[in-house]
Amino acid sequence: MIQILNFISIMIIPILITIILVHGMIKKVNIYEAFVEGAKEGFQTAIRIMPYLIAIFLAIGIFKDSGALNIFIKILSPITKLFGVPSEVLPLAIMRPISGSGSLGILKDLVGTYGPDSFIGRLACTMMGSAETIFYTMAVYFGAVGIKRGRHTLPAALISHIAAIFASVWVCRWVFS
Amino acid sequence: MMSVIWFMMMIIGIITAVFTQNTHVINDAVIKNTQEAVVFAIGLTGIMAVWLGLMNIAEKSGLIRKIGRIMSPFIRLLYPTIPKNHPAISSIVMNMVANMFGAGNSATALGLKTMEQLQRINNDKSTASNAMCMFLVINMSSIQLIPLSVLKIRADAGSLNPTEIIGTSITATAVSTIVGIIACKLLERKY
Repeated sequence: MIQILNFISIMIIPILITIILVHGMIKKVNIYEAFVEGAKEGFQTAIRIMPYLIAIFLAIGIFKDSGALNIFIKILSPITKLFGVPSEVLPLAIMRPISGSGSLGILKDLVGTYGPDSFIGRLACTMMGSAETIFYTMAVYFGAVGIKRGRHTLPAALISHIAAIFASVWVCRWVFS
Repeated sequence: MMSVIWFMMMIIGIITAVFTQNTHVINDAVIKNTQEAVVFAIGLTGIMAVWLGLMNIAEKSGLIRKIGRIMSPFIRLLYPTIPKNHPAISSIVMNMVANMFGAGNSATALGLKTMEQLQRINNDKSTASNAMCMFLVINMSSIQLIPLSVLKIRADAGSLNPTEIIGTSITATAVSTIVGIIACKLLERKY
């Protein structure tokens, strides 16, 4: 099963590209012209999202590097422990929605300290694989089309992230111990 | 909303740095992170161009319409406001496929294309539509089947079975995606 998934995940992009190109040729589209015409938009999009990227990267960097994030984690840790979340993985759980590279760093640290096959190691890996960076995605996707009011996106995303944390703890307890 | 979050992160960070006498950290953070953002955006330009180019071919050849027609019934359950056969449907499907198989920046490029198409059928251009919120929440709950970067870290650390976390990850992801969808449906009436 895993080999199959692995294979698909390597093949998916070439397959998608092949389907698009072959279908274009069959339908007698001038594919080269059409590609170049569409690709022009790429630059505009990248430039359009740049200010939003700078704003969000800056805020995350300052919040993290100043040590504010660590204080925040220390305050939260006794509360989450009540709900059965091991305090070792809490920094990861909190960093995950904020920064992709930051949480990857914490994960490497946890796996290095406790070992990849320990309960903490497995739980941390499960958590990392079951969540995404929320703030960055929101800033970029809404920024790209000029949305100012995100409405219920953030609360719903945070609820979903909390569910991911508890589901990870629950499923790891069930499978690994 | 974004203003408040941004303000809090910046101000709390600066105050913390001042209190812990680490003010130089702020200066470094400003230089390092803004540079990172620009490099990232420029890096995204290439992959954006590739996918927008391919999507343009798919649009001209009618492939987008075909995928839209096939996937319409499923997508309309989650996104009832998107009209039948709308090009946004095939963008959503292609973004999902790219996301599931961890195609990273390709998924971002297809996601931005989806947002653009959803914006075209949005009545209030400065406020997110229900479809946009749902699309982002599903995206942010991670629907990735194989967390490649995690597997690499595990393998590098000498795990006996690096892939054993795939099953638990997919289960946790499924729970969080379902919770996200329910939260979205319940909250969209209130906001």
